[in-house]
Amino acid sequence: MKLPALKTMAKVPDQINRRDFLKSGGAAVTLTLAPGITVMAFGGEASAAANPATRWGLLIDVNKCAKDCDACVTGCSVENGWKMGGNPETDAQWIRKVDLTNKQTGREVSMPMMCQHCEEPPCVDVCPTGASFKRADGIVLVDKHTCIGCRYCMMACPFKARSFIHEDLEDQKSYAPRGKGTVESCTLCVHRVDEGGIPACVEACDATGHGAMMFGDLKDPTSDIAIALASYASVGLRDDLRLNTGVRYSNL
Amino acid sequence: MITRLATILVLSGLLGAGLFGGAATAQEHSALLPVVPKATGEAHPEGNAFMRINHMKLLRHDRDDTMRNGNRDIDYSLKECVACHVQTGADALPIPINSEGQFCSACHEFAAVKIDCFQCHNTRPELNETQALLSRPLPDAAALSAYLDEVTE
Repeated sequence: MKLPALKTMAKVPDQINRRDFLKSGGAAVTLTLAPGITVMAFGGEASAAANPATRWGLLIDVNKCAKDCDACVTGCSVENGWKMGGNPETDAQWIRKVDLTNKQTGREVSMPMMCQHCEEPPCVDVCPTGASFKRADGIVLVDKHTCIGCRYCMMACPFKARSFIHEDLEDQKSYAPRGKGTVESCTLCVHRVDEGGIPACVEACDATGHGAMMFGDLKDPTSDIAIALASYASVGLRDDLRLNTGVRYSNL
Repeated sequence: MITRLATILVLSGLLGAGLFGGAATAQEHSALLPVVPKATGEAHPEGNAFMRINHMKLLRHDRDDTMRNGNRDIDYSLKECVACHVQTGADALPIPINSEGQFCSACHEFAAVKIDCFQCHNTRPELNETQALLSRPLPDAAALSAYLDEVTE
């Protein structure tokens, strides 16, 4: 009996193993490029699957971020169903507000911190099971089906953006499954992005009127975020590590 | 592997019983086999026999496609399993699908196969209480009195 799932397999581009890749050389590149080209050919119709021609990112204008506002944190918590337990050592770290003071000038800034969705993510380098991975569109995720909860990624992340779930959970959001014994972090609201939406934190920030967060495709030169990045100075956190973070901050 | 083999044997047994046990009375049937609650939606076109043996393969294939490749246009998702197969209690709220006698656990307990899905996934569909009430047919007098008995206990 033929599995219906094989039909689904046929829809996705051929998986190329290393051996085939080495044998075929240039032809493999054409194959991997094909989905992106097809998308363009059909009038830029949004592709549902992670598209290697895009890289999702955030630009956070620190000057616009209000010190007493935590709408992004609340928005994320409501969207993804995590709660602050009141214990900083075990609390979820999807997103948090960080206040900084420049001791020389006295300038105080406040900004949200979350997974920086690095192009070269250290969490992916150290993961022993392949659970920590980067999608083709640059979103760094934990595949909880293969996560064994070793927490190497938490050690490796320079941003303390990951946290471990210590307790049994129930009534999770169906689009953000979470469970004891696995590591979790900001997903850039991948379930919304795949449907053409924007992350919950950006939506919450926009709703307050601060407009400190901008979401978009870093690789599309016509996107608002790419134009803003090309026009104004911005930094990625810990740029010295050369991780090329997908989240960037301006006026920091 | 042994677990898988055992599952296949048990499930083939189930199928065999289904085919040849037509003459058995309803009572005998329930004593021998797990009582699996009926789903609300349309039947799987592949047939129940196929789904009994292959549901985990279908789910695993499509979950990886969604998780890794971001493909949300898939045929089999746990979310939909739960949404269609969940039972509502007397209070019109969904009963966790892995609790005793419910769709997943009825068979899995019988076959002695542990389910890991619900360590992370919700055991109930996401419906607010009003939606749940509206989606349920109006209770008859017997159901109402059963509910009242349950509440007063």
